[in-house]
Amino acid sequence: MTSVTMTVNGKSVTRDVEPNTLLVQFIRENLRLTGTHVGCDTSQCGACTVHVNGDSVKSCTMLAVQAEGADVTTIEGLANGDELHPMQEAFKENHGLQCGFCTPGMIMSAVDLVKRNPNPSEDTIRHELEGNICRCTGYHNIVKSVKSAAEKMGG
Amino acid sequence: MYSFEYERPSGIDAAAAAHGEDDKFLAGGMSFLPTLKLRLAQVDKLVDLGGIDELKGITVTGDTVTIGAMTTHGTVAASEDVKKAIPALAAMAANIGDAQVRNRGTIGGSIANADPAACYPSSLVALGATVHTNKRSISADDFFVDLFETALEEGELVTKVSFPIPEKAAYAKFPNPASRFAMVGVFVAKISGGARVAVTGAGSSVFRQSEMEAALSSNFSSDAIANIKTPADDLNSDIHASADYRAHLITVMAQRAVDAAS
Ligand SMILES: Cc1cc2nc3c(=O)[nH]c(=O)nc-3n(C[C@H](O)[C@H](O)[C@H](O)COP(=O)(O)OP(=O)(O)OC[C@H]3O[C@@H](n4cnc5c(N)ncnc54)[C@H](O)[C@@H]3O)c2cc1C
Ligand code: FES
Ligand code: FES
Repeated sequence: MTSVTMTVNGKSVTRDVEPNTLLVQFIRENLRLTGTHVGCDTSQCGACTVHVNGDSVKSCTMLAVQAEGADVTTIEGLANGDELHPMQEAFKENHGLQCGFCTPGMIMSAVDLVKRNPNPSEDTIRHELEGNICRCTGYHNIVKSVKSAAEKMGG
Repeated sequence: MYSFEYERPSGIDAAAAAHGEDDKFLAGGMSFLPTLKLRLAQVDKLVDLGGIDELKGITVTGDTVTIGAMTTHGTVAASEDVKKAIPALAAMAANIGDAQVRNRGTIGGSIANADPAACYPSSLVALGATVHTNKRSISADDFFVDLFETALEEGELVTKVSFPIPEKAAYAKFPNPASRFAMVGVFVAKISGGARVAVTGAGSSVFRQSEMEAALSSNFSSDAIANIKTPADDLNSDIHASADYRAHLITVMAQRAVDAAS
């Protein structure tokens, strides 16, 4: 066991973990934050996307110990109390989800992409979301949601 | 994943010293962690390079771009310095995998891994780059040996890669639609006194297309290589594409790269 300390959604957490614990396991099983999903074994679907020091990463392809000292944000940390993040609000308004399985990862990727591209074109949104797979929506309303949120986020 | 020990040294020498016989370096983890998860590999210890600041960063001098081994694809893609000096390199990095992979995956990990379908190897070979390790300097032509095989010795650490700045260059990739890895990718560079053409995704390892290099050296235009065919005998054949199809793609991608070179 190794001790690991990181900040998750603004709160400092310290736990003893085996080095082969994935960050997503740590988040779901140790911290019981089950909004972050696991959809594949091959690092391709993006359902597990969280922010590490502000950048979107696939938490199924990172060890918990690699996040030592890092600032981690999960989907649970995005809203401000009862007030949804503009990206969450936009997905709700624009039917950006159906079953919702991909949604937490999709939203975390979308927030990062708007940070890097404040005024994204449809092409940019589609390119930047290539790491997130959705089996329901056909992506159209996801792209619409991100565009609308980007405008509201002051792009 | 099988269990392993974990160490995160903060310097190059400490990392080399920490690396024992059945150990592996861990960079972005985008290739090696999936391999461990599928139990296709087992290690005693992972030596994480993530805490070594001197392995990160980009410097541009008059004629050379130097990129630290732990610099991510995302950093290279967004670098104004790289965009100005070798725009083809920034554009190539911007199309590796997806945004999350680019936020973690590194140049050092990509070339040490030497995946036959990886993008970076073609840029190193076409631009005539030099790989620097904790022990020596290796030219790109000598670095890539075969399928997942490089000139690196056990425990040898890539520290940085230096790229001579070409007159112009471009990378054209026909991506696998699922992974974005190259079914065929061709990196073309016009350098003083000639041209270099490196092909990835098509064979067991990156290789140079010398017939195209000769043609482009006297006439750097896509017409000059339109009729140059690559023999399909040694090319990869899999569920995504036959060897003949890949051979065809080499000419098409090379022409697109020449037309796009800047
Ligand atoms: C979904 C997905 C899509 C991808 N698509 C593409 C693509 O389109 N094109 C492409 O080129 N790649 C692609 N990749 C691979 C990606 O670019 C990886 O980042 C890269 O191949 C490995 O880099 P890494 O930093 O993650 O290395 P790691 O996975 O950490 O390490 C890979 C290997 O290199 C060794 N190593 C790492 N750093 C060093 C060093 N400094 N010195 C010596 N040895 C070292 C490790 O021990 C290990 O054996 C994709 C990956 C994924 C998961
Ligand atoms: S669970 Fe599919 S990419 Fe992480
Ligand atoms: S909404 Fe069902 S997978 Fe995206």
